[in-house]
Amino acid sequence: MADARTPEIRIQAVRNWSWKTFFFQWEWLLVVVLLLVVAVNTYLSPFFLALSTFIHTPATFLDKAFIVFPMMMVIILGKIDISVGSTVALSAVMMAVAYNAGLPMPAAIVLCLLVGVLAGAFNGVLIARFKELSFVIVTISTMMIYRGIAYIILGDQASGRFPGWFSLFGWGTVMGVPFMLVAFVVCAVIFGLLLHKTSFGRAIYGMGHNAIACRYSGVNTDRILMTVFTLNGLMAAVTAIFLTSRMGSTRPNVALGYELEVIAMVVLGGVSTNGGIGRIGGPILAVFIVGFLGYGMGLANLQAPIVLVVIGLLLIVSVLALRVRFTIRRKKPVV
Amino acid sequence: MSEAIANSDDTPGSILELRRITKIFPGVKALDDVHFDLRQGEIHGLMGENGAGKSTFIKIITGVHAPDTGEIVIDGRKVEFKSPIEAQRLGVAAIYQHVTCYPDLSVAENIFMGHEKVTGLTRRVDWKAMHGEAQKLLDRLDANFSSRERMGALSVARQQIVEIAKALSTNARIVIMDEPTAALTQHESNELYRITEQLCDAGVSVIFISHRLEDIRRLAQRVTVFRDGRHIGCWPVQEITQDKLVVAMVGREISTMFPKRRIDIGEEVLRVANLTRIGYFRDVSFTLRQGEILALTGLVGAGRTEVCETLYGIARWDSGSVLVEGREVTIEDPLHALRLGIGCLPEDRQRQGLVLPWEIGKNITLPSLRAFSRLYWMDEDRENQAAGELARKLNVKASSIFTRVLALSGGNQQKVVVAKILSRHLKIIILDEPTKGVDVGAKAAIYDIIGDLAEQGYGIILISSEMPEVLGLSDRIVVMKEGRVTAQLETANATQEQILKASMVVDATEAAAEVAAETTADGSGSGE
Repeated sequence: MADARTPEIRIQAVRNWSWKTFFFQWEWLLVVVLLLVVAVNTYLSPFFLALSTFIHTPATFLDKAFIVFPMMMVIILGKIDISVGSTVALSAVMMAVAYNAGLPMPAAIVLCLLVGVLAGAFNGVLIARFKELSFVIVTISTMMIYRGIAYIILGDQASGRFPGWFSLFGWGTVMGVPFMLVAFVVCAVIFGLLLHKTSFGRAIYGMGHNAIACRYSGVNTDRILMTVFTLNGLMAAVTAIFLTSRMGSTRPNVALGYELEVIAMVVLGGVSTNGGIGRIGGPILAVFIVGFLGYGMGLANLQAPIVLVVIGLLLIVSVLALRVRFTIRRKKPVV
Repeated sequence: MSEAIANSDDTPGSILELRRITKIFPGVKALDDVHFDLRQGEIHGLMGENGAGKSTFIKIITGVHAPDTGEIVIDGRKVEFKSPIEAQRLGVAAIYQHVTCYPDLSVAENIFMGHEKVTGLTRRVDWKAMHGEAQKLLDRLDANFSSRERMGALSVARQQIVEIAKALSTNARIVIMDEPTAALTQHESNELYRITEQLCDAGVSVIFISHRLEDIRRLAQRVTVFRDGRHIGCWPVQEITQDKLVVAMVGREISTMFPKRRIDIGEEVLRVANLTRIGYFRDVSFTLRQGEILALTGLVGAGRTEVCETLYGIARWDSGSVLVEGREVTIEDPLHALRLGIGCLPEDRQRQGLVLPWEIGKNITLPSLRAFSRLYWMDEDRENQAAGELARKLNVKASSIFTRVLALSGGNQQKVVVAKILSRHLKIIILDEPTKGVDVGAKAAIYDIIGDLAEQGYGIILISSEMPEVLGLSDRIVVMKEGRVTAQLETANATQEQILKASMVVDATEAAAEVAAETTADGSGSGE
């Protein structure tokens, strides 16, 4: 395309491969941390290091991981959604109550997804339509509203007695691999492509850096906000299905604190809460780091609260490491 | 260079002198053997393109950076600043291009930020003394606003006055003003000139940095030019012509800043009739043809930007009509405007125009993502190729389209914004202050681009406060004042005085009548 007649230096349009940039990525640090976690686990239990561990243990922690993908989009947009835990509870309760009221199970599952979509869309519409309302206020409010509705519908009790096949979502396997793990991988591929290969993903990153410039460039910013929040609700409902399937019943207080665990995983994955920065690989690695960490501490007979302390510390240290990396990069003065 | 040395004779009245200053940053020689002197009560203009070393120079005088070699002499004594506070103690103060203020605090609080007036023992803030002192400073500057006003509620011009008051409150004797007029209208600039002169009468010496030749001619006694970190020359202002100054800054002759091209003006592409947005503008009417450059001028705040924002779908109009190629349209949002063929280069390129941390290429294709994707799937090869072509066409100076926009100079950033517009097929382009904060060399390049665009048949609406730009580039001029069109002029027989009168005369209808009598404009200006 470039004609060689003009002698002046022309701006390049081909990206040069650089090993330095390739290895200078946050994800490599996460890989190291994951290997460390695996090493410690192996030390704690001689039975840990086996293929079956890596295939079957993820099912114990993957339920909330489905929300990590859309939450990543929300955080790249520079926003946060803390209503997802409540959305999980509301859609699970709706499904259980609808089934026990006589709705066939497949219809109840569809209803569950629908409730999730509506809950997410409600957040999205409020945030996109009423710019005066901050996303924090909106999602704090709906966090209380959704959980409240779940309590009103079911009261403080459990509901279940699902048909036997429903447990296959959480416990079934496909050619020896847990169905949950398969579903997670499929979602990871879909969301990875959405974020990195489509104009939708491009617009999300752009809005995270500068939403005003995106609006001036003709990006339909309101629609993207609504879509992303709706996706968050949808995936919360997916989580509700897997969680309920694994537990066999549900109550209005399930998935308490899921939103914070999910946000923690996303941030640990290198997604900046300032918006615009983060790739799909990071949060995926973070899901497994946090998951295996919890599993390993179970092996060591450590109590759950200690797991929380460790995850909290890991978060602070990792974000700090992220910052340090940036300061090293920015050392070069611009003048 | 020899001429420069001959001119900088040692005057005994020098309050500040910099001798043989060199400052090297890794990879860049920011200042190279620079000298400079400032006399008591003098206004000394400092000019140079972006990257000429002016910023580093300020930072050395204000003690932010220490020079690698060379010495700073204040009042005949050699000094070495270890911190900005030491420079401040010796009476050096700087007022920066972008006013750094606390918008939610009062004027007095802003003035005394960091050295608040406190009562003796209890160290409580002494509000009475602070407001009294602040009001005294403001009165001294003839500012007609109160020290109790909220900073954020003031215009940029007034905020600048507060900054000057702040400098005075620290008893500054050497005040550095870094492009203070960049965001001001002609009228506000005049006000600033007056205040600056007043400062000098009171014995303060001023280093006045500006891209505008006008500022220097009006204010300065002497002017120093930097280029590529070197001292090019220092001349008394009366002795140097505008052309010579430009040559000194650019290092080459810009013979024709505004190459007047003969462009065939085609069909009407836009007709705006009685457009009204309550509270912003009323009864605005004009037409735009293919290949025509229509200048929309007037003071900042006259409603020019608001008219264009409305045409670009950022805001809605309340009444009136807009016809694009003869068809009446509504414009809901920028996407809608782009689909109708209207593009916009917004006023604030960093906030509205660019995703700064992004690469050049991604920025260029942002408005046309649809064109480079099939069912949302991006075709990155095609995208990069198109972005590369546009960047080349506009001569963006960078090694590749993967360079971050953050790292570019103002002029090159502006070229990227233009490239964004060109990535779509449009008919009408709105350019809102396209040369704001851009150095002389890049300005010429942008003028050239605007000429090219008109030649290609785009209808162009050019918003500008710079009179030479308006007169040099446009075919027709629409002047606005306080939300109304006060004059429509053919550029060929318009004068600077006519435009100024229409944009500043108190009674708009009177001005319109007066100007209408003087010229024959098609689609006459509105009035009541």
